[in-house]
Amino acid sequence: MEQRKEASIINVRDLNLFYGEKQALFGVDLAIQEKEVTALIGPSGCGKSTFLRTLNRMNDLIDGVKITGDVVIDHENIYRSNDVIKLRTKVGMVFQKPNLFPMSIYDNVAYGPRMQGIKNKKELNIIVEDSLRSAAIWDEVKDRLKTSALGLSGGQQQRVCIARAIAMKPDIILMDEPTSALDPISTLKIEELITNMKKDYTIVIVTHNMQQAARISDKTAFFLNGEIVEYDDTDNIFSTPQDQRTEDYVTGRFG
Amino acid sequence: MSIPTTNKQAEEIGKANKRKYMLERASQRVFLLCALLSVITLLLIIGFVFYKGAHPFVAEGYSFIDFIFGSDWVPSEDKFGIFPMIVASIYATIGALIIGVPIGLFTAIFLAEIASERLAKIISPAVQLLAGIPSVLYGVFGLAIIVPFLQDTFGLVKGQSLIAVILVLAIMMLPTIVTVAETAIRAVPQTYREGSLALGVSQIGTIFKVIVPAAKSGIMTAIVLGLGRAIGETMAVILVAGNSLIVPTSLTDSVRPLTTNIALEMGYAFGTHQEMLFATGIVLFSFILILNFVLAKISAKGGS
Repeated sequence: MEQRKEASIINVRDLNLFYGEKQALFGVDLAIQEKEVTALIGPSGCGKSTFLRTLNRMNDLIDGVKITGDVVIDHENIYRSNDVIKLRTKVGMVFQKPNLFPMSIYDNVAYGPRMQGIKNKKELNIIVEDSLRSAAIWDEVKDRLKTSALGLSGGQQQRVCIARAIAMKPDIILMDEPTSALDPISTLKIEELITNMKKDYTIVIVTHNMQQAARISDKTAFFLNGEIVEYDDTDNIFSTPQDQRTEDYVTGRFG
Repeated sequence: MSIPTTNKQAEEIGKANKRKYMLERASQRVFLLCALLSVITLLLIIGFVFYKGAHPFVAEGYSFIDFIFGSDWVPSEDKFGIFPMIVASIYATIGALIIGVPIGLFTAIFLAEIASERLAKIISPAVQLLAGIPSVLYGVFGLAIIVPFLQDTFGLVKGQSLIAVILVLAIMMLPTIVTVAETAIRAVPQTYREGSLALGVSQIGTIFKVIVPAAKSGIMTAIVLGLGRAIGETMAVILVAGNSLIVPTSLTDSVRPLTTNIALEMGYAFGTHQEMLFATGIVLFSFILILNFVLAKISAKGGS
């Protein structure tokens, strides 16, 4: 038990989140292990996306959000330190819909490193190529790096989004239903990619799709009404859930 | 009940509907007439200005080149050159852009991206109210505040000058630029903001590298509209320009832009003199047409 705690890169303790008066998260405790894929599942509005966004403080963008409790990432309490920029370079994010900027593929991937002050062309070229390779999209786009990223298909765009996140060399990548806007084949490619990526990154993924959680994740947390009902190895969650509500959900009785 | 059961009932409904259809057609005509009215007015104005303004060059043998590039405007001696006024108009407009565009753009960015909702709700209406102030009041403000300030600060004999025009026009173009640019910036998808911030980019970095470029065509529209406002402004300019007929060589020179020339002299001009003022209007009108053309190009580009 002690050893497991040592390996966890994200430690959340008694996290409460309020949108104004309305409470959205209730005393969430969660320890996420390094270089594993952790899936967050649950019905719509259960707080899983909200929770994900506390991990890189994207909820800061919303007016009137109040947070209590601790989120410790890599031994640093991220709500005590105010260096959001440093946090977000360490914790990357991929969104529900591909959100590439209206610029070329190259510029999209090079955007983050450039804003970090990297100007050397050779260095940028290497970062862009490595990132696109890691995101399994290099072969498809290597001949059109200078063309608009918005000309790619949805699935390709999402993989470039992943490349863009990888370019920052983060430790952790958060994914907020990254395949919900994609067709089955693109989804499969992204799932393969996620499985390959976990040797280098800690991945936390929100998904609506329980089969997806079962296929790609090591651990699964089941959210309901802003609380974690159950958190365990993915196999256990889907084969021998401890809580009746988890069982009802994973067997498709509600949600 | 609404289904007619006898022929008589059907006939009655038919009659009632006939009236409805007639009313329908009549109201469509009224709307069409209203819509045509503005087109007709536009054509009449253009036709009239061009007819009167072209007359001296077509029928009286004046040279259009001399009119544009001549530097003497002495109607009593039959000299009609508007070059100093064209230069004054262009300088005043460019000067106003140099001051007004950054201020307007920064205001728009502040309102759309940085200010809290509450603060934006105070500033936005204030900026919009600025657009509603009659232009003569801007002139009075310029005359009462800016002109004396320039006189005192730079020791000028006469504070009415190119720089006074520039300052007044810069203030006057602000509401246009701010409102249009703010709308364009607010229209940038939230996902772009999130995408950039999630990469650990600062808010200011996000604004200048992602948001402003994404709103580029709207911002260009804002600038062109502001420019149109500046080049056509008359009343405020008359009060602070000084109205000297020279090609300005310094910001403190007294100037007479194109609009001012028309407004000052139209009241008493007749004959060729009056027609030359209409010709001044043609030149002004051409500037506006070019601007509108540019604007149409930008919007078309933004749409695709």
